[in-house]
Amino acid sequence: MQVDDTPTQERLQARFDRMVADEVRIEPRDWMPEGYRRTLIRQIAQHAHSEIIGMQPEGNWITRAPSLRRKAILMAKVQDEAGHGLYLYSAAETLGVDREELLDLLHSGKQKYSSIFNYPTLTWADMGAIGWLVDGAAIMNQVPLCRCSYGPYGRAMVRICKEESFHQRQGFEILHTLSHGTPAQKAMAQDAVDRFWWPSLMMFGPPDSASTHSERSMAWGIKRFSNDELRQRFVDMTVPQAEALGLTLPDPDLRWDEESGHYAFGEIDWSELDRVIRGDGPCNAQRIERRRTAHEEGAWVRESAAAYARKHAATSSAAGETAA
Amino acid sequence: MSAPAAPRTPHGWPLWEVFVRARRGLSHQHVGSLHAPDGEMALRNARDVYTRRGEGVSLWVVPSSAILASSPDEQDPFFDPALDKAYRHPTFYEVPEGVEHL
Amino acid sequence: MSTPAAAPREAPTPTTPPLVAYLLGLGDDALILAQRLGEWITRAPQIEEDIALGNIALDLLGQARVLLTRAGEVEGAGRDEDALAYLRDEREFRNVCLVEIPNGDFAVTMARQLVFSAYQYELWTALRHSGEPVLADLAAKALKEVAYHRDHATQWVLRLGDGTDEGHRRMQAGLDRVWPYVDELFTPDDAAAQLPGEAADPAALRARWTAYVEDVIARATLTVPTPTWHSRGGRAGLHTEHLGHLLPQMQHLHRAHPGARW
Repeated sequence: MQVDDTPTQERLQARFDRMVADEVRIEPRDWMPEGYRRTLIRQIAQHAHSEIIGMQPEGNWITRAPSLRRKAILMAKVQDEAGHGLYLYSAAETLGVDREELLDLLHSGKQKYSSIFNYPTLTWADMGAIGWLVDGAAIMNQVPLCRCSYGPYGRAMVRICKEESFHQRQGFEILHTLSHGTPAQKAMAQDAVDRFWWPSLMMFGPPDSASTHSERSMAWGIKRFSNDELRQRFVDMTVPQAEALGLTLPDPDLRWDEESGHYAFGEIDWSELDRVIRGDGPCNAQRIERRRTAHEEGAWVRESAAAYARKHAATSSAAGETAA
Repeated sequence: MSAPAAPRTPHGWPLWEVFVRARRGLSHQHVGSLHAPDGEMALRNARDVYTRRGEGVSLWVVPSSAILASSPDEQDPFFDPALDKAYRHPTFYEVPEGVEHL
Repeated sequence: MSTPAAAPREAPTPTTPPLVAYLLGLGDDALILAQRLGEWITRAPQIEEDIALGNIALDLLGQARVLLTRAGEVEGAGRDEDALAYLRDEREFRNVCLVEIPNGDFAVTMARQLVFSAYQYELWTALRHSGEPVLADLAAKALKEVAYHRDHATQWVLRLGDGTDEGHRRMQAGLDRVWPYVDELFTPDDAAAQLPGEAADPAALRARWTAYVEDVIARATLTVPTPTWHSRGGRAGLHTEHLGHLLPQMQHLHRAHPGARW
């Protein structure tokens, strides 16, 4: 037997730190610091909630999509978002919480979701702007998470990123079709981009100077790049795409900066983000209300299915094939 | 070894682990989990959640509470003893120059 | 015609070729039900169920697109799937009334799913041997889809009917709500009658449908309703008032931009 005088806690902490430093993935049953566990639960849950709440602004147009092809694409996309929410809740559950608890926290407003989904989708072109800008920003945030130090989160993100790639393209395609269509369609596309541009930039979170959790998350290998770095990458990627669309981005200060080799952009109105996070966005109440109603109105369905399962527990094992 | 945990969801449906066989000739691989009231529904939910893009030809679902896992604390006694038995690997042996099909 | 102005506009007009009328009927069934199921997304009782209902809606939408596209081709007037979906008025839709009634609660939707998917299962089984190649091809694919839809509805009817008291009460109410629309599915249809080699005779589908559905209902400890009134006329463009609310929502944007591409 090995004799070790250091207290267990310290030894475990040292082993954990070494694993993170060596880029070895942490798995559910490994010892982990309580702060790491709590940070992950909060972040993964918030991410899952964003996928689930994010179904609503686009779900808003499923019944009104202007062609059957677009209707099918939109339906498949919103469905993917439900799937992504489930992959993420499933990753969070490996940390010892259950989905019902997390949904309760969402429904009671104790856990947040991405503020971008508190903006309304007023026209069809918003489906394009969400796909192009919102999903584009989300992908920029998510790709580094595929290498997150926590195994289940990283694996969920790999799956999600693979599926997301069609989301951004279909958004771009919608805007491209509109901006090359009738004058009314082009105006609709420009209006959508005008409304979604700034909120998309806010999706990367507060500036590095004001970001409270960033440093620790970086040290833990949960976060790989700072908010400002990712935001800059997004702007650099998006500006040429806007040119290809023939649409303008609503920022008079936006210009190529030779010196830095990046696009410089105007000041973000952080008071708006604060306001929307605090609950004073156009759709905060509506989004939560819809989610809560669906959950509450579904309670009798879930209870009845659970009761059926209890009644038939003895016989149900014979119904499925046995794995071999 | 840890005993199977009691079902983790007191007020929801139990959790199921999902395994997908991507195509014939491959084993089932763990892909994630989901909630369902019973096994039959778990299989159907697994089909909708994890094989929307034709990712599978066969599915297993297992109640999460039925899985016994080795503990990371026992990682050393469990797995380290296997690390010094190089003679289990073919590269351990020297083959004289010119001998083929070995 | 002696009094063209006074006569209700028969739509499609009596001159609509029977194959076009038949394809439109089946296509409209799938389209309108996909539209209704699409309303569920973000409102389902469990997130897994949002995905399941989405899958079913997508299958139906896929069937509708094939059927409407083919109807347009056979008609030969240059109408594509979108022209047919978005630019026809209420009286020109040929779907059965069952698919247009509001979703109600989850039990009503599952009752309708059981009725309709079991019907489509028999329909596509019969149409595998249709002389119309597009129908025969679609039947082979759609049969697999609706086998899953039927199973999905079956599982839910069992769990709601034989679960809690509330589930049982609501599931029975769901069956009661949709049963008046059942007869219409099996009513002889003028278009089908003129297409012995291509179409399936609706009446001939009923026996197998009844055997399947009644078995599920019995296992779910529920009772087959015996409604006093029955819907009729959907295939001739005579609908419930509900379709007139569904269509404007579906068609408005497309119609607001005549000739635009999307």
